[in-house]
Amino acid sequence: MNVLIPDALLSYTQKRRTQAQGATLAELLADLDHQYSGIRFRMVDEQDRIRRHIRIFVNGEQVHALTHALGANDDVVIVQALSGG
Amino acid sequence: MPTTRKTSTKRKFAAGKLALLVATRKGLWLLRGDHTRRAWKINGPHFLGQIINHAVLDPRDKRTLLVSASTGHLGPTMFRPTDAGRTFKEVPKPPAFPKVEANEKGDQGRSVGHTFWLTPAHANEPNVWYAGTSPQGLFRSEDGGETWAPFSMINDDPQYRQWMGTIQDGTPDGPKLHSIIVDPRDPKHMYFGMSGGGVHETRDGGVSWKVMIDGMDVVEGFGFDPKQPTFHDPHCLRMCPSNPDRIYQQNHCGIYRIDRPSDTWVRIGKSMSKKVGDIGFPLVLHPRNDNTAWVFPMDGTQVWPRVSPDGKPAVYVTRNGGNTWQKQNTGMPKSQGWWTVKRQAMCGDACDPVGLYFGTSSGEVWMSRDEGKKWACIARHLPEIYAVEVAAL
Repeated sequence: MNVLIPDALLSYTQKRRTQAQGATLAELLADLDHQYSGIRFRMVDEQDRIRRHIRIFVNGEQVHALTHALGANDDVVIVQALSGG
Repeated sequence: MPTTRKTSTKRKFAAGKLALLVATRKGLWLLRGDHTRRAWKINGPHFLGQIINHAVLDPRDKRTLLVSASTGHLGPTMFRPTDAGRTFKEVPKPPAFPKVEANEKGDQGRSVGHTFWLTPAHANEPNVWYAGTSPQGLFRSEDGGETWAPFSMINDDPQYRQWMGTIQDGTPDGPKLHSIIVDPRDPKHMYFGMSGGGVHETRDGGVSWKVMIDGMDVVEGFGFDPKQPTFHDPHCLRMCPSNPDRIYQQNHCGIYRIDRPSDTWVRIGKSMSKKVGDIGFPLVLHPRNDNTAWVFPMDGTQVWPRVSPDGKPAVYVTRNGGNTWQKQNTGMPKSQGWWTVKRQAMCGDACDPVGLYFGTSSGEVWMSRDEGKKWACIARHLPEIYAVEVAAL
């Protein structure tokens, strides 16, 4: 499925849009990490909590759980929320 | 005062190529000095926008530069050079706590906020590094910082977890494990400090640890038990390069020295001027004289302003192990200098005379070529400075 990468993580993917697979959000993030080593830990902590400033949308709807089921043609958008000075 | 080994100061240590690694809240800058240490060229920013907590060049190979980073918007990471320092890449496995399933109360395991402290290990252990994190954790890498694993039992030990406290018990941006010191005579002999949580020592490579808080004061007026590590807040520990049995400590509650095998700290800060006090963050030791140490006092009164007392910044030096202290502020502002110097933001080189360096939270770097007699600003207008390390290239 298509995955849109935020600016802050382009250092890993070198491209805005990439492809990844998985039946759940957890599997998709694992596939991304397999392709781009280290990228998952920037978005999800070691207790499997999505980090505070990371938002993930699937087909336009925000998803909060790594167990969320994904379809082969889903559109995934990863957003880095910006705040602070 | 216990007898300590004297070291010769006759040898001259000329300044070779030196670089200052200036870690800031918004990136890393390098200041490269000439052989006289009079001219400094600034280079940067590197990793612009990243919070750089610590950057350390491995003195064993003079090539591996580890840079601890986070952005404020992403999880923590670490950079290391890929080709003799020309480019850097993010390491595949930075320090992280083990995954813990939530219990019936909903409590989950801890998550590393940032790697606060980096220490290259013993000279006989190339590629081994130690890291201290926030919240407090101790980690070790055996591959030059590529991958990290929890080190020793302290990260998950119930007693240590109690001493570490919670996220509410540490510094404003999180409790920190810091000042990881490896005895140059024995790689299994180590110390570290926790803010808060006291000072700890191992002689068996981290299998067991001993609490070292005897003689250390705690904040008065609240009934805190000084025998409990959780009430102790060492800010910075340094082992004398010329005498590994002597350690100095800048603490939330004073300046201390210990001479092993004694287990009792002596509050040498009591001999500081009463108007200045002995509160602060950094501490620097002379590379060849174990009686000489420098501190940068902060205002520790009332609500803890943590700026230079009375707006008059000054370094203080002792040349007799803490019996007396002298002010060193020539070249610094005589008033309206409300500086804060964090615990990692002051260091010294190994030249003769020793060069001293510090960075302020207001983005200035100052240095002295003559062991503190005169000071000059060598960089300004940088972001908030978190750490300054000198690297001999």
